[in-house]
Amino acid sequence: MNGRALAGRLLPVWAVLVALLLGMVPVGLAGVNPAAAYEEILRGALADVYGFATTLVKTTPLLFAGLGIAVALRAGLVNIGAEGQIYMGGLAAAVVGLSVHGLPSVVHVPLALLAAGAAGGVWALVPALLKVGRGVSEVITTLLMNYVAIYLVSFLAGGPLMEPGAPYPYSRPLDAAAQLPVIIPATDAHAGILLALALAGFLHLIFGYTAVGFRVRMAGANPAAAAYAGVRVHATLVAAMVASGALAGLGGASEVMGLKHRLFDAFSPGYGYDAIIVAFLGAGQPLAVVATAFFFGALRSGADTMQRSLGVPVAIVFAIQGLTVLFLAASLALQGRLLRWARGWPQVAATLPAAVATGVTDPERR
Amino acid sequence: MEGITKRFGPVLANDRVTLAVRRGTVHALLGENGAGKTTLMNILFGLHAPDEGRVLLRGRPVEIRSTREAIRRRIGMIHQQFTLVPPLTVAENIVLGLPPRRGVFLDLRRVEREIESLSRAYGLDVDPRLPVWALPVGMQQRVEILKALYRRADLLILDEPTSVLTPAESEALFAIIRRLVAEGHSVVFISHKLEEVMRISDTITVLRHGRVVDTVRTADTTPAELARMMVGRDVVLRLFKGPPRAGGPALEVDDLHAVGDRGLPALRGVTFTVARGEILGIAGVDGNGQAELAEVIAGLRRPTAGRIRIDGRDVATPAGRRAVADRLAYIPADRGRFGVILDFTIAENLALKAFHRPPFSRGPVLDRSRIIDHARALAERFDIRMNSVLQPVRQLSGGNQQKVVLAREMSGEPVLIVAVQPSRGLDVGASEYVLRTILEQRDRGAGVLYISMELDEVLGLSDRVAVLYGGEIMGIVRPGDARLEDISLMMAGSLRTAQTAAPAQ
Amino acid sequence: MGGVFSERSGVFNIGLEGMMLFGALAAVMGSHYLGGPWMGLLGAMLVGGAIGLLLAYVSVGLGANQIVSGVGINLLALGMTTFVARMVLRPAGVEQVPAFQIVAVPYLARVPLLGPVVFTQTPLVFITLLLAPALALFLFTTPWGLAVRATGELPRAADTAGIHVSLVRYFGVIASGVLAGMGGAFLSLGQLNLFSENMTAGRGFIALAAVIFGKWHPLGALGASFLFGAAEALQLFIQTYNLGIPYQLPTMLPYVLALVVLGGFVGRSVAPAAAGVHYGREDR
Repeated sequence: MNGRALAGRLLPVWAVLVALLLGMVPVGLAGVNPAAAYEEILRGALADVYGFATTLVKTTPLLFAGLGIAVALRAGLVNIGAEGQIYMGGLAAAVVGLSVHGLPSVVHVPLALLAAGAAGGVWALVPALLKVGRGVSEVITTLLMNYVAIYLVSFLAGGPLMEPGAPYPYSRPLDAAAQLPVIIPATDAHAGILLALALAGFLHLIFGYTAVGFRVRMAGANPAAAAYAGVRVHATLVAAMVASGALAGLGGASEVMGLKHRLFDAFSPGYGYDAIIVAFLGAGQPLAVVATAFFFGALRSGADTMQRSLGVPVAIVFAIQGLTVLFLAASLALQGRLLRWARGWPQVAATLPAAVATGVTDPERR
Repeated sequence: MEGITKRFGPVLANDRVTLAVRRGTVHALLGENGAGKTTLMNILFGLHAPDEGRVLLRGRPVEIRSTREAIRRRIGMIHQQFTLVPPLTVAENIVLGLPPRRGVFLDLRRVEREIESLSRAYGLDVDPRLPVWALPVGMQQRVEILKALYRRADLLILDEPTSVLTPAESEALFAIIRRLVAEGHSVVFISHKLEEVMRISDTITVLRHGRVVDTVRTADTTPAELARMMVGRDVVLRLFKGPPRAGGPALEVDDLHAVGDRGLPALRGVTFTVARGEILGIAGVDGNGQAELAEVIAGLRRPTAGRIRIDGRDVATPAGRRAVADRLAYIPADRGRFGVILDFTIAENLALKAFHRPPFSRGPVLDRSRIIDHARALAERFDIRMNSVLQPVRQLSGGNQQKVVLAREMSGEPVLIVAVQPSRGLDVGASEYVLRTILEQRDRGAGVLYISMELDEVLGLSDRVAVLYGGEIMGIVRPGDARLEDISLMMAGSLRTAQTAAPAQ
Repeated sequence: MGGVFSERSGVFNIGLEGMMLFGALAAVMGSHYLGGPWMGLLGAMLVGGAIGLLLAYVSVGLGANQIVSGVGINLLALGMTTFVARMVLRPAGVEQVPAFQIVAVPYLARVPLLGPVVFTQTPLVFITLLLAPALALFLFTTPWGLAVRATGELPRAADTAGIHVSLVRYFGVIASGVLAGMGGAFLSLGQLNLFSENMTAGRGFIALAAVIFGKWHPLGALGASFLFGAAEALQLFIQTYNLGIPYQLPTMLPYVLALVVLGGFVGRSVAPAAAGVHYGREDR
């Protein structure tokens, strides 16, 4: 790989570094040593057991949803509905966990996960059908589905499923057999991360080494050529969307079964939206998504420590993440331009359909 | 326009073209696709700047650097692709980009009235309040004309206006053109259709390969003479071609009907046979059903009636299609759309149709090393110039991209090859390579359906040539036997001959 | 209205939430440091417009993905506003600031039933009610509004007509930023008199739904927003008086309806056809 290729591959890293640099400015202006602040973040995220556990906990839902969105991206679809799919997945898992008793964990857990995946998948099916059937942009439909899901969960967690006498809306605790085991003793870190990592590896294999993955990529990159080559494009797109929703749904299940052990009203503080960034930063590559999800999770976790010890608000980390996204999106676009002028530049986003890297996909353009 | 020369990279689109349009006349620009007609008018309309030469308007030299300027100088152009915004009304479309009429407001009511009177004055009969999407194509074109008139265009350029019209709508258009001229406007009518040009124009300039062949008065010429000028005795392909050794039928098409993208009929009862070991060329001017014919045979478009048999197998059902998938090769005109996936690697593109079968797949799993080896071998055999098989195809030159398509499609020893404009956009060397490959395949025993707008190529390469006009076969002839004039007349729709239906023996 | 503008010109502005939040903060700071709620409003409009410019540059100028950029703006907004609120405002003791007071429109305020409800509000509400028809007028009866609409439907046609597509889109996005900023100013200075972290609470996203439900028309957006607002009010009402109906039901309804609206249109979609698709020189 020549020097330029390497530089191109490292583009996300550049974007992050620049954003981190810029982030130092407000921190410094607020009277805190930026270097110390970053040190605290690193320390908090990785150096001690509790911090690391928190990192894992925060990474898990991002990873699930990020993988889901990545799958959709490879098919050329933008799934903004991960948030709603997370809620539906969490809901389904909670329902299974609350209503079924007497099953051993080995059965109960997969059952709940299956329900969650199905719920998330169904939630993505509606926008998928509207897209291939009516040409309606999935950006809009998935966004709308989010609200329906959030309010549905709010209703159920505060009503029929609610713990009697609870001060705010949350459900009764899930059956013990439906809860995910803790992997680092005396912390919150639960087995959800292991499942997510396994799925990431599995998806990596699918997209890199199987005919199924090849088909999805074809449909995303050039539906006309794919149709000529015999791919059933519409079916493939719907399947990708459903898989995307299922993965996000598992993220919701993981939160409910592993972290909270109950269904809480508004249990996701925007994981589904953050996961969009995670997926894009990882260029839709499952293993890269692991890295970006971990990066986000670590930043959020370390930020808590930074706030405790230095008094710098956690919020600055959000700002840094926002800047990272903007820089990366801009650099991807610029790179697209450069490619048109100079042959020889490799495409970092070669894994993302070009139409998605720059503009939102449009049914007409297909 | 004097001595206009325009180059696009290596392609010489206009070569010292001189054209004089007299006020109050209809001046036709006649020529085949790629002759340089549209480019010339785009220069006049300010879309391009000429490399050499100058433009004089009303006797005075001018430099037209933008469409805005062209419009200011009272030139209007109606392109083949309309620039109307569908959800907006006629009035809104016409007034788009113009300054407000009353203070800051559009004053659509006044605009509508003005459009109505203008429309009546020219016999255009357009209701300004209707949204554009609700209008039939013929009326949309009239809106485009109104747009130009509303901006007080003196000189109107119509680029292949009848290509999207039904015969009845074309008649109406001619009436409008006569009206325009009566009112003192000048019209430049770009077309490839002989008959129309004879009917509507006062003067005709024939272009061929970017050069002016001649300019004549319509009254002084005949269709045959025009045909000869358009086609000429040009370079015949310097390829050695042995006699065909025809075998059984590779493709049988029977009474095929199909509808195009706009809903108009594109194929009207096409019947022919391509034998194994022969090349059947389809000649004709673009837009007469060639694209649809190729798509229907390749399985990308469903016919509305008729039968297609490939290697004896009926392909009307998905099962039939799957059965012949290996025996059919398709070299599309738009390779970026149907031929390759630009963002995929060369290796992936070479395995595009066969990836899910052994040896490229074992069960659900892809055998990547096999795919790469296969790609390397093919690249060697077909001389694809690249850095590595893992490069994205987008980075290859046009010629090499076409080689990827060829390599993939031909390597499977197909029975039928459908090639549409395979040498388009390629330099001479790449062009020759492509044509040579096709000849090789034919000698090997494949049947080739060769569709091209380059008449020289079709005539030089094919064993038999079918001329397609308006979705119908006007005649099937042998290139050696037929007169060029007859062929061009068939291309113009003025002549039907007996069909040499039997493949060459 | 901001969303309508932006999408009509061809840009999905997912960053409305962030622009509102920036506006809310800017309004409070403007009111405190520059003297009064009107200065706060001005500050909100300027800051909102500036963030709009940022989004426009990244997505229209550079051609980056509009969704991703928008989400980035939202994150940036959440981060920066919270940070500033805690590290600048709180230490400086800036809490409650001069805000808009309720004003009664002379004569109209005494109209029975409607008077106390509609005509006795903070000035921002009146501005909103007047702005919607004004924007509708702009969009549908002026040549610049026509240019905006054309750009969002078929940029090529607008380009051929001599309209500068990028410029129009910049305008659309900046305008949406200004309007979103005003929305934020209402939250902090119109209903309350302070800034609290993440006070927009997803309203920017609800606005996107309102755009769809209102069929990309300023008056439609007004009506849809009214519907969403009514749903929220109904929700509070049900909660306060413990009526036993699940309050989420009326809140969910507008979204379901919006989905139905979208699904019911075959082929000829109601959304601006070129929304979300980048148009550059190579597309000519």
